[in-house]
Amino acid sequence: MEILNSKKIRFLENTACLLRQDVIEMILNAGSGHPAGSLAMADIFSALYFYILKHNPKNPDWPERDRLVLSNGHICPVQYAALARAGYFPVEELKTLRKLNSRLQGHPHRKALPGIETSSGPLGEGLSQAVGMALAARLDSAVNSPRAKYQVYCVMSDAEHDCGNTWEAIMLAGKYKLGNLTAIIDRNNIQSDGFTEDIMPLESLREKYEAFNWHVLEMDGHNIEEFIGAANEARAIFEKPTVIIAHTIAGKGVDFMEFDYHWHASPLNKKQAEEALKEIKTLKGKIEETD
Amino acid sequence: MEDIEQRATRDGFGEGLLKLGEENENVVGLSADVSNSCRMNFFAEKFPKRFFQVGVAEQNLVGVAAGLAVSGKIPFTATYSVFSPGRTLEQIRTAIAYNDANVKIAGHHAGLLTGFDGATHQALEDIAIMRTIPNMKVVVPADAIEARKATIFSAKINGPVYLRFAREKTPVFTSEETPFTIGKAEIFWQSLAGGKKPEVLIIGCGPVLYNALLAAKELEKEKIGVIVLNSHTVKPLDENKIIELVKKCGAVVSVEEHNILGGLGGAIAELLAKNYPVPMEFIGTKDVFGESAAPKDLFKKYGLEPKDIINAVKKVIKRKK
Repeated sequence: MEILNSKKIRFLENTACLLRQDVIEMILNAGSGHPAGSLAMADIFSALYFYILKHNPKNPDWPERDRLVLSNGHICPVQYAALARAGYFPVEELKTLRKLNSRLQGHPHRKALPGIETSSGPLGEGLSQAVGMALAARLDSAVNSPRAKYQVYCVMSDAEHDCGNTWEAIMLAGKYKLGNLTAIIDRNNIQSDGFTEDIMPLESLREKYEAFNWHVLEMDGHNIEEFIGAANEARAIFEKPTVIIAHTIAGKGVDFMEFDYHWHASPLNKKQAEEALKEIKTLKGKIEETD
Repeated sequence: MEDIEQRATRDGFGEGLLKLGEENENVVGLSADVSNSCRMNFFAEKFPKRFFQVGVAEQNLVGVAAGLAVSGKIPFTATYSVFSPGRTLEQIRTAIAYNDANVKIAGHHAGLLTGFDGATHQALEDIAIMRTIPNMKVVVPADAIEARKATIFSAKINGPVYLRFAREKTPVFTSEETPFTIGKAEIFWQSLAGGKKPEVLIIGCGPVLYNALLAAKELEKEKIGVIVLNSHTVKPLDENKIIELVKKCGAVVSVEEHNILGGLGGAIAELLAKNYPVPMEFIGTKDVFGESAAPKDLFKKYGLEPKDIINAVKKVIKRKK
């Protein structure tokens, strides 16, 4: 693994800003989409695709690649941006999001686009599929080797913990002690109808996961260095699956969107998008100044 | 025909899966706390590392299977049809079918043959549900031997397949030599009563097909010639063969242990309405739930006996004129 020095961290932070810009432009262009969660997870997607994941954009089907399941498929704009910036497909293609005949479906489709491990969107079923992938990795590991061939990451929303299916998968991962499974929860506290703790209280998420035999880490989802540390720790924990509860700010990077659940599934108009892009660029400037 | 061997189609599934396990190390099995009654126990005992017990969690069963499939495995899920597809439609739709994931969904305890457990456990809508999902193939074996062949054959297909099995022992009326290919219907009876042309094409699937054969035999005594076609694959239908035989007979009776809405009969009606409309009658449950009773009593009450098929044949012949 590449050494994580301050230069690399700044690169990852700048990349996160780039992903945020892409997200705003894509959703503006599409006229619909889910900006809040996409912006909240930009830092984590930068860290995943440009540091943590073992993958090869030129060979998306490389059998030993790490798998990334995006269970909350509605934040696919940030994944599409990361895939394009990593070289899976031309950045230009981001403009086609949600357009007729596009490979960039409103919710990701495995058969359409390289780098998408599974179709997703309907909440609560990504972790089940990630569990299946982790079990397969274990079956494929070398005889007598305790180390699975690859790590499986499952990005989830907090609200999809309302789904019974999610807990079925959490229970099974605990049963099989899937050390090669890392769940990443975007704990941004919002969902379609309001704040998670009003709609269906989730706390204490940590204690719930611990009770289901998971290793639990919590961190600031906008601190890339901390997140990479958590992901490394998750990889090192061998005895059980790990969940990283990443505390994020919905709409992160755009002042008028932050913390506001109304931006869960609302597109921006042109004026709002211009303002958002200006803010994100300013933020990017701040990072570069410290270089 | 009273002394014919009786075995459940679920037994054929168990044998087929065990054989597949021996032949192909990528075959894995998953069950939702019903591995014994679905006859997955033989596979589980022989290949414990390739068997995953998920507990009473059917949605997870489907999702985990999809994850295994996109990672190169050939998973078979086993639970009752009322739960999968019944409870798991959306997971099947998104995680299996939309992904075109190579999962074989074994739906057990389907139909009225589930008997005493009653309507909650008698799936009568599963064929209709699965038939409307893109990429999905639907196979309804007629006896234990065909069930074994269908299970083994399904693993040769790269993509989702729904296999429907029954709990109750039913007549074994195919043999090792009976041809079986998913997607290919087979003629099981062809009578030229009194040298006349066959008057009706009976198309059936599943164990109830045996009653169609009994009906055909009775009809021959009355000089009414029919063809009985085993359309074990409900999707994709063997369209060419069905149209060819319909042209010969000029009338159709469909026979299935399923709601007459949307199942095999529905599929055939869609095919014929577009290509070669003829009078048609439907044998199946009439948009009602079942109830607790012995399977034979349920077949009688819900109109799946040979006499019901005979009446349908006579009725459809009248409609030809």
